[in-house]
Amino acid sequence: MPKQDTFTPGEPPVLEADVFLKGLWRENPVFVSLLGMCPVLAVTNTVMNSLAMGLATTFVLFMSTSLISLLRSFIPKQVRIPVFIVIIATFVTIVEYSIQAISLELYENLGAFIALIVVNCLIMGRAEAFASKNPLPRAMLDALGMGAGFTFALFCLGAVREILGSGSFAGVDLFGPNFQPWAIMILPPGGFLVLGGWLLLFAWARERSDRKKAEAEAAAGD
Amino acid sequence: MNPDSLTYVLLDASLVNNLVLASFLGICPFLGVSAKNETAVPMGFAVIFVMLVAGVCSYAINQILIYFDAPYLRIIAYIAVIASAVQLVEMFIKWFSPTLFRALGIFLPLITTNCAIMGMALFATAREYNFMQTLTYAIGGGVGFTLALILMSGLREQLELADVPSFARGAALTLIIAGILSMAFMGFAGLGG
Repeated sequence: MPKQDTFTPGEPPVLEADVFLKGLWRENPVFVSLLGMCPVLAVTNTVMNSLAMGLATTFVLFMSTSLISLLRSFIPKQVRIPVFIVIIATFVTIVEYSIQAISLELYENLGAFIALIVVNCLIMGRAEAFASKNPLPRAMLDALGMGAGFTFALFCLGAVREILGSGSFAGVDLFGPNFQPWAIMILPPGGFLVLGGWLLLFAWARERSDRKKAEAEAAAGD
Repeated sequence: MNPDSLTYVLLDASLVNNLVLASFLGICPFLGVSAKNETAVPMGFAVIFVMLVAGVCSYAINQILIYFDAPYLRIIAYIAVIASAVQLVEMFIKWFSPTLFRALGIFLPLITTNCAIMGMALFATAREYNFMQTLTYAIGGGVGFTLALILMSGLREQLELADVPSFARGAALTLIIAGILSMAFMGFAGLGG
Protein backbone atom coordinates (compact mmCIF):
# COMPACT_ATOMS: atom_id res chain seq x y z
CA MET A 1 0.00 0.00 0.00
CA PRO A 2 1.54 3.37 -1.01
CA LYS A 3 2.05 5.76 1.85
CA GLN A 4 -0.46 8.60 1.79
CA ASP A 5 0.67 12.12 2.64
CA THR A 6 -2.41 12.73 4.78
CA PHE A 7 -1.29 10.62 7.72
CA THR A 8 -0.06 12.60 10.68
CA PRO A 9 3.64 12.04 11.25
CA GLY A 10 4.50 9.46 13.90
CA GLU A 11 1.11 7.77 13.63
CA PRO A 12 1.22 4.34 11.98
CA PRO A 13 -1.17 3.91 9.01
CA VAL A 14 -4.45 2.33 10.15
CA LEU A 15 -7.09 0.35 8.32
CA GLU A 16 -10.24 2.15 7.18
CA ALA A 17 -12.46 -0.02 9.40
CA ASP A 18 -10.29 0.83 12.37
CA VAL A 19 -10.94 4.56 11.84
CA PHE A 20 -14.59 3.80 12.57
CA LEU A 21 -14.13 1.14 15.26
CA LYS A 22 -11.61 2.97 17.45
CA GLY A 23 -14.27 5.52 18.45
CA LEU A 24 -16.59 2.80 19.70
CA TRP A 25 -14.29 1.25 22.23
CA ARG A 26 -10.52 1.75 22.25
CA GLU A 27 -10.68 5.55 22.05
CA ASN A 28 -14.22 5.95 23.32
CA PRO A 29 -14.66 9.72 23.79
CA VAL A 30 -16.39 9.39 27.15
CA PHE A 31 -14.95 6.31 28.86
CA VAL A 32 -11.36 6.68 27.67
CA SER A 33 -10.69 10.30 26.67
CA LEU A 34 -13.18 11.91 29.11
CA LEU A 35 -14.32 14.44 26.49
CA GLY A 36 -17.68 16.19 26.36
CA MET A 37 -18.52 15.34 29.95
CA CYS A 38 -21.12 18.04 30.60
CA PRO A 39 -23.98 16.64 28.49
CA VAL A 40 -22.90 13.10 29.47
CA LEU A 41 -23.69 13.87 33.10
CA ALA A 42 -26.49 16.37 32.69
CA VAL A 43 -29.05 14.82 30.34
CA THR A 44 -28.64 11.11 31.07
CA ASN A 45 -31.44 10.82 33.63
CA THR A 46 -33.61 8.86 31.17
CA VAL A 47 -32.81 6.56 28.25
CA MET A 48 -34.77 8.67 25.74
CA ASN A 49 -32.97 11.90 26.66
CA SER A 50 -29.61 10.12 26.41
CA LEU A 51 -30.32 8.74 22.95
CA ALA A 52 -31.68 12.07 21.66
CA MET A 53 -28.62 13.90 22.95
CA GLY A 54 -26.29 11.28 21.47
CA LEU A 55 -27.94 11.50 18.05
CA ALA A 56 -27.97 15.33 18.08
CA THR A 57 -24.27 15.42 18.96
CA THR A 58 -23.46 12.79 16.32
CA PHE A 59 -25.26 14.86 13.68
CA VAL A 60 -23.38 18.05 14.56
CA LEU A 61 -20.09 16.13 14.74
CA PHE A 62 -20.65 14.43 11.38
CA MET A 63 -21.76 17.55 9.50
CA SER A 64 -19.17 19.94 10.92
CA THR A 65 -16.18 17.59 10.62
CA SER A 66 -17.21 16.76 7.03
CA LEU A 67 -17.37 20.44 6.13
CA ILE A 68 -14.09 21.18 7.92
CA SER A 69 -12.42 18.27 6.13
CA LEU A 70 -13.67 19.59 2.76
CA LEU A 71 -12.46 23.12 3.51
CA ARG A 72 -9.25 22.08 5.24
CA SER A 73 -6.92 23.40 2.52
CA PHE A 74 -8.73 26.77 2.33
CA ILE A 75 -8.77 27.60 6.05
CA PRO A 76 -5.69 29.62 7.10
CA LYS A 77 -3.92 27.96 10.01
CA GLN A 78 -3.93 31.08 12.23
CA VAL A 79 -7.71 31.55 12.25
CA ARG A 80 -8.74 27.88 12.13
CA ILE A 81 -10.22 27.77 15.66
CA PRO A 82 -12.69 30.68 15.10
CA VAL A 83 -13.62 29.17 11.71
CA PHE A 84 -14.27 25.76 13.32
CA ILE A 85 -16.40 27.38 16.03
CA VAL A 86 -18.54 29.26 13.52
CA ILE A 87 -19.10 26.09 11.46
CA ILE A 88 -20.03 24.09 14.59
CA ALA A 89 -22.30 26.87 15.90
CA THR A 90 -24.19 26.95 12.58
CA PHE A 91 -25.01 23.23 12.74
CA VAL A 92 -25.92 23.48 16.43
CA THR A 93 -28.41 26.23 15.60
CA ILE A 94 -29.92 23.99 12.90
CA VAL A 95 -30.23 21.08 15.38
CA GLU A 96 -31.75 23.31 18.07
CA TYR A 97 -34.50 24.59 15.78
CA SER A 98 -35.11 21.09 14.33
CA ILE A 99 -35.58 19.49 17.76
CA GLN A 100 -37.92 22.30 18.76
CA ALA A 101 -39.97 21.60 15.62
CA ILE A 102 -39.99 17.79 16.06
CA SER A 103 -40.77 17.48 19.77
CA LEU A 104 -41.33 20.38 22.14
CA GLU A 105 -41.26 18.00 25.12
CA LEU A 106 -37.80 16.72 24.21
CA TYR A 107 -36.65 20.29 23.61
CA GLU A 108 -37.74 21.28 27.12
CA ASN A 109 -36.16 18.17 28.70
CA LEU A 110 -32.76 18.81 27.12
CA GLY A 111 -33.00 22.56 27.76
CA ALA A 112 -29.86 24.63 27.33
CA PHE A 113 -27.78 21.52 26.67
CA ILE A 114 -28.75 21.46 22.98
CA ALA A 115 -27.23 24.92 22.52
CA LEU A 116 -24.28 23.79 24.62
CA ILE A 117 -23.32 21.15 22.02
CA VAL A 118 -21.36 24.07 20.55
CA VAL A 119 -18.91 23.97 23.46
CA ASN A 120 -18.68 20.16 23.52
CA CYS A 121 -14.93 19.55 23.51
CA LEU A 122 -15.45 16.24 21.65
CA ILE A 123 -16.46 18.07 18.45
CA MET A 124 -13.74 20.68 18.66
CA GLY A 125 -11.23 17.94 19.51
CA ARG A 126 -12.10 15.77 16.48
CA ALA A 127 -12.16 18.83 14.19
CA GLU A 128 -8.71 19.91 15.31
CA ALA A 129 -7.07 16.50 15.73
CA PHE A 130 -8.57 14.54 12.82
CA ALA A 131 -10.84 16.34 10.32
CA SER A 132 -8.42 19.20 9.63
CA LYS A 133 -5.72 16.68 8.61
CA ASN A 134 -7.64 13.92 6.81
CA PRO A 135 -9.63 13.56 3.57
CA LEU A 136 -13.42 13.55 3.59
CA PRO A 137 -14.20 9.78 3.69
CA ARG A 138 -11.87 9.18 6.63
CA ALA A 139 -13.18 12.22 8.49
CA MET A 140 -16.75 10.99 7.96
CA LEU A 141 -15.90 7.49 9.23
CA ASP A 142 -14.12 8.93 12.24
CA ALA A 143 -17.07 11.21 13.06
CA LEU A 144 -19.53 8.31 12.78
CA GLY A 145 -17.38 6.12 15.02
CA MET A 146 -16.87 8.80 17.64
CA GLY A 147 -20.56 9.74 17.50
CA ALA A 148 -21.58 6.10 17.93
CA GLY A 149 -19.15 5.72 20.84
CA PHE A 150 -20.53 8.87 22.46
CA THR A 151 -24.15 7.71 22.01
CA PHE A 152 -23.23 4.27 23.40
CA ALA A 153 -21.68 5.85 26.51
CA LEU A 154 -24.70 8.11 27.03
CA PHE A 155 -26.95 5.05 26.68
CA CYS A 156 -24.91 3.10 29.29
CA LEU A 157 -25.33 5.93 31.79
CA GLY A 158 -28.94 6.68 30.94
CA ALA A 159 -29.99 3.03 31.26
CA VAL A 160 -28.42 2.54 34.70
CA ARG A 161 -29.73 5.87 36.01
CA GLU A 162 -33.27 5.35 34.76
CA ILE A 163 -33.52 1.74 35.96
CA LEU A 164 -32.23 2.59 39.45
CA GLY A 165 -33.72 6.05 39.78
CA SER A 166 -37.20 5.61 38.30
CA GLY A 167 -37.56 1.81 38.03
CA SER A 168 -38.28 2.01 34.30
CA PHE A 169 -36.50 1.59 30.96
CA ALA A 170 -37.28 4.09 28.16
CA GLY A 171 -40.53 4.92 29.96
CA VAL A 172 -41.64 1.27 30.41
CA ASP A 173 -42.22 0.34 34.07
CA LEU A 174 -40.02 -2.61 35.07
CA PHE A 175 -40.60 -3.47 38.72
CA GLY A 176 -44.27 -2.78 39.41
CA PRO A 177 -45.76 -0.40 41.99
CA ASN A 178 -43.82 -1.71 45.01
CA PHE A 179 -40.44 -0.54 43.72
CA GLN A 180 -38.82 2.08 45.91
CA PRO A 181 -36.90 4.35 43.47
CA TRP A 182 -33.32 5.25 44.32
CA ALA A 183 -34.04 8.93 43.73
CA ILE A 184 -30.44 10.13 44.09
CA MET A 185 -29.63 8.40 40.80
CA ILE A 186 -31.72 10.77 38.67
CA LEU A 187 -30.48 13.80 40.64
CA PRO A 188 -27.12 15.47 39.86
CA PRO A 189 -24.95 13.32 42.25
CA GLY A 190 -26.21 10.16 40.49
CA GLY A 191 -24.55 11.27 37.25
CA PHE A 192 -21.15 11.56 38.88
CA LEU A 193 -21.55 8.30 40.82
CA VAL A 194 -22.74 6.18 37.86
CA LEU A 195 -20.01 7.46 35.52
CA GLY A 196 -17.44 6.91 38.27
CA GLY A 197 -18.81 3.39 38.71
CA TRP A 198 -18.53 2.58 34.99
CA LEU A 199 -14.95 3.89 34.91
CA LEU A 200 -14.06 1.81 37.98
CA LEU A 201 -15.52 -1.29 36.34
CA PHE A 202 -13.57 -0.75 33.10
CA ALA A 203 -10.32 0.03 34.91
CA TRP A 204 -10.75 -3.10 37.07
CA ALA A 205 -11.44 -5.28 34.02
CA ARG A 206 -8.42 -3.83 32.19
CA GLU A 207 -6.10 -4.42 35.14
CA ARG A 208 -7.41 -7.96 35.55
CA SER A 209 -6.82 -8.85 31.88
CA ASP A 210 -3.36 -7.24 31.98
CA ARG A 211 -2.46 -9.35 35.02
CA LYS A 212 -3.78 -12.54 33.41
CA LYS A 213 -1.74 -11.79 30.28
CA ALA A 214 1.40 -11.19 32.34
CA GLU A 215 0.83 -14.44 34.27
CA ALA A 216 0.33 -16.38 31.03
CA GLU A 217 3.56 -14.94 29.63
CA ALA A 218 5.42 -15.80 32.81
CA ALA A 219 4.03 -19.38 32.67
CA ALA A 220 5.02 -19.70 29.00
CA GLY A 221 8.53 -18.52 29.86
CA ASP A 222 9.02 -21.26 32.50
CA MET B 1 -38.51 40.60 33.24
CA ASN B 2 -37.67 38.32 36.15
CA PRO B 3 -38.74 39.30 39.70
CA ASP B 4 -35.90 37.46 41.54
CA SER B 5 -34.00 39.58 44.07
CA LEU B 6 -30.26 40.07 43.62
CA THR B 7 -29.45 38.11 46.81
CA TYR B 8 -31.47 35.19 45.54
CA VAL B 9 -29.73 35.30 42.14
CA LEU B 10 -26.31 35.34 43.81
CA LEU B 11 -27.07 32.44 46.18
CA ASP B 12 -28.78 30.48 43.44
CA ALA B 13 -25.82 30.76 41.06
CA SER B 14 -23.07 30.12 43.60
CA LEU B 15 -24.53 27.53 45.99
CA VAL B 16 -28.05 26.17 45.39
CA ASN B 17 -27.68 25.55 41.66
CA ASN B 18 -23.88 25.52 41.62
CA LEU B 19 -22.86 25.49 37.96
CA VAL B 20 -20.44 22.59 38.34
CA LEU B 21 -22.01 20.36 40.97
CA ALA B 22 -25.73 20.82 40.28
CA SER B 23 -25.97 21.93 36.64
CA PHE B 24 -22.99 19.94 35.26
CA LEU B 25 -21.36 22.86 33.48
CA GLY B 26 -17.61 23.20 33.12
CA ILE B 27 -16.80 19.59 34.03
CA CYS B 28 -13.71 19.37 31.76
CA PRO B 29 -11.68 22.11 33.52
CA PHE B 30 -13.14 20.92 36.84
CA LEU B 31 -11.56 17.48 36.32
CA GLY B 32 -8.52 18.79 34.48
CA VAL B 33 -7.20 21.63 36.64
CA SER B 34 -8.32 20.51 40.10
CA ALA B 35 -5.33 18.26 40.82
CA LYS B 36 -3.32 21.03 42.53
CA ASN B 37 -4.46 23.98 44.61
CA GLU B 38 -1.94 26.40 43.09
CA THR B 39 -3.42 26.04 39.58
CA ALA B 40 -7.04 25.77 40.76
CA VAL B 41 -7.10 29.24 42.36
CA PRO B 42 -5.84 31.32 39.38
CA MET B 43 -7.99 29.25 37.02
CA GLY B 44 -11.00 30.13 39.15
CA PHE B 45 -10.23 33.84 38.99
CA ALA B 46 -9.66 33.72 35.22
CA VAL B 47 -13.09 32.09 34.85
CA ILE B 48 -14.73 34.74 37.09
CA PHE B 49 -13.28 37.47 34.85
CA VAL B 50 -14.36 35.82 31.60
CA MET B 51 -17.81 35.24 33.09
CA LEU B 52 -18.16 38.94 33.93
CA VAL B 53 -17.16 40.04 30.43
CA ALA B 54 -19.34 37.37 28.83
CA GLY B 55 -22.31 38.22 31.06
CA VAL B 56 -22.20 41.95 30.27
CA CYS B 57 -21.61 41.41 26.53
CA SER B 58 -24.25 38.68 26.20
CA TYR B 59 -26.82 41.00 27.76
CA ALA B 60 -25.98 43.76 25.26
CA ILE B 61 -25.92 41.33 22.32
CA ASN B 62 -29.25 39.85 23.30
CA GLN B 63 -30.86 43.32 23.34
CA ILE B 64 -29.42 44.03 19.87
CA LEU B 65 -30.57 40.66 18.50
CA ILE B 66 -34.07 41.19 19.90
CA TYR B 67 -34.13 44.64 18.23
CA PHE B 68 -33.17 43.14 14.86
CA ASP B 69 -35.43 40.11 15.45
CA ALA B 70 -32.58 37.65 14.80
CA PRO B 71 -32.43 35.25 17.80
CA TYR B 72 -30.98 32.50 15.60
CA LEU B 73 -27.65 34.34 15.64
CA ARG B 74 -27.45 34.09 19.44
CA ILE B 75 -25.20 31.02 19.75
CA ILE B 76 -22.68 32.28 17.20
CA ALA B 77 -22.57 35.80 18.69
CA TYR B 78 -22.12 34.53 22.27
CA ILE B 79 -19.32 32.14 21.39
CA ALA B 80 -17.50 34.88 19.48
CA VAL B 81 -17.62 37.20 22.51
CA ILE B 82 -16.42 34.45 24.86
CA ALA B 83 -13.54 33.55 22.55
CA SER B 84 -12.41 37.18 22.45
CA ALA B 85 -12.61 37.54 26.25
CA VAL B 86 -10.53 34.40 26.68
CA GLN B 87 -7.92 35.77 24.27
CA LEU B 88 -7.75 38.91 26.44
CA VAL B 89 -7.27 36.91 29.64
CA GLU B 90 -4.62 34.77 27.97
CA MET B 91 -2.61 37.84 26.91
CA PHE B 92 -2.96 39.35 30.39
CA ILE B 93 -1.78 36.20 32.23
CA LYS B 94 1.12 35.74 29.80
CA TRP B 95 2.24 39.32 30.54
CA PHE B 96 1.51 39.10 34.28
CA SER B 97 3.08 35.71 35.08
CA PRO B 98 4.71 33.48 32.45
CA THR B 99 5.11 30.73 35.09
CA LEU B 100 1.39 30.63 35.73
CA PHE B 101 0.78 30.72 31.97
CA ARG B 102 2.81 27.52 31.56
CA ALA B 103 1.18 25.84 34.57
CA LEU B 104 -2.35 26.38 33.19
CA GLY B 105 -1.20 25.20 29.76
CA ILE B 106 -3.87 23.98 27.38
CA PHE B 107 -6.66 24.64 29.88
CA LEU B 108 -6.37 28.42 29.43
CA PRO B 109 -7.45 28.58 25.75
CA LEU B 110 -9.95 25.82 26.57
CA ILE B 111 -11.91 28.28 28.73
CA THR B 112 -13.53 29.13 25.37
CA THR B 113 -15.15 25.70 25.33
CA ASN B 114 -15.91 25.87 29.06
CA CYS B 115 -19.63 25.25 29.03
CA ALA B 116 -20.01 27.01 32.39
CA ILE B 117 -19.53 30.38 30.69
CA MET B 118 -21.71 29.68 27.66
CA GLY B 119 -24.29 28.04 29.95
CA MET B 120 -24.30 31.02 32.29
CA ALA B 121 -24.95 33.39 29.36
CA LEU B 122 -27.71 31.15 27.95
CA PHE B 123 -29.41 30.64 31.35
CA ALA B 124 -29.37 34.39 32.05
CA THR B 125 -31.01 34.99 28.66
CA ALA B 126 -33.58 32.23 29.15
CA ARG B 127 -34.59 33.60 32.56
CA GLU B 128 -34.96 37.13 31.12
CA TYR B 129 -32.68 38.69 33.73
CA ASN B 130 -32.19 42.46 33.57
CA PHE B 131 -28.71 44.01 33.49
CA MET B 132 -28.04 43.99 37.27
CA GLN B 133 -29.39 40.45 37.62
CA THR B 134 -27.21 39.23 34.75
CA LEU B 135 -24.15 40.85 36.36
CA THR B 136 -24.95 39.26 39.74
CA TYR B 137 -25.59 35.90 38.09
CA ALA B 138 -22.23 36.07 36.31
CA ILE B 139 -20.37 36.86 39.56
CA GLY B 140 -22.29 34.17 41.45
CA GLY B 141 -21.60 31.60 38.74
CA GLY B 142 -17.89 32.44 38.67
CA VAL B 143 -17.62 32.28 42.47
CA GLY B 144 -19.51 28.97 42.52
CA PHE B 145 -17.15 27.51 39.91
CA THR B 146 -14.08 28.72 41.84
CA LEU B 147 -15.50 27.34 45.10
CA ALA B 148 -16.09 23.90 43.58
CA LEU B 149 -12.62 23.90 42.00
CA ILE B 150 -10.86 24.85 45.26
CA LEU B 151 -12.82 22.31 47.34
CA MET B 152 -12.01 19.59 44.81
CA SER B 153 -8.31 20.46 44.62
CA GLY B 154 -8.07 20.32 48.43
CA LEU B 155 -9.66 16.86 48.45
CA ARG B 156 -7.45 15.61 45.65
CA GLU B 157 -4.26 16.84 47.33
CA GLN B 158 -5.23 14.81 50.42
CA LEU B 159 -6.09 11.85 48.22
CA GLU B 160 -2.52 11.70 46.90
CA LEU B 161 -1.50 10.37 50.33
CA ALA B 162 -4.38 7.92 50.69
CA ASP B 163 -4.06 4.21 50.04
CA VAL B 164 -6.52 3.37 47.24
CA PRO B 165 -6.54 0.35 44.89
CA SER B 166 -4.41 1.07 41.79
CA PHE B 167 -7.27 0.68 39.32
CA ALA B 168 -9.39 3.28 41.15
CA ARG B 169 -6.77 6.02 40.90
CA GLY B 170 -7.45 8.90 38.52
CA ALA B 171 -10.69 9.81 36.82
CA ALA B 172 -12.96 7.17 38.40
CA LEU B 173 -12.21 8.16 41.99
CA THR B 174 -12.35 11.88 41.13
CA LEU B 175 -15.85 11.44 39.71
CA ILE B 176 -17.08 9.53 42.75
CA ILE B 177 -15.70 12.24 45.05
CA ALA B 178 -17.42 14.86 42.88
CA GLY B 179 -20.65 12.89 43.35
CA ILE B 180 -20.29 13.00 47.13
CA LEU B 181 -19.46 16.74 46.97
CA SER B 182 -22.52 17.24 44.82
CA MET B 183 -24.66 15.45 47.43
CA ALA B 184 -23.30 17.83 50.06
CA PHE B 185 -24.30 20.79 47.89
CA MET B 186 -27.85 19.41 47.69
CA GLY B 187 -28.08 20.48 51.32
CA PHE B 188 -28.28 24.09 50.10
CA ALA B 189 -31.58 23.41 48.33
CA GLY B 190 -34.23 25.89 49.36
CA LEU B 191 -31.69 28.43 50.63
CA GLY B 192 -32.46 32.04 49.68
CA GLY B 193 -35.88 31.03 48.33
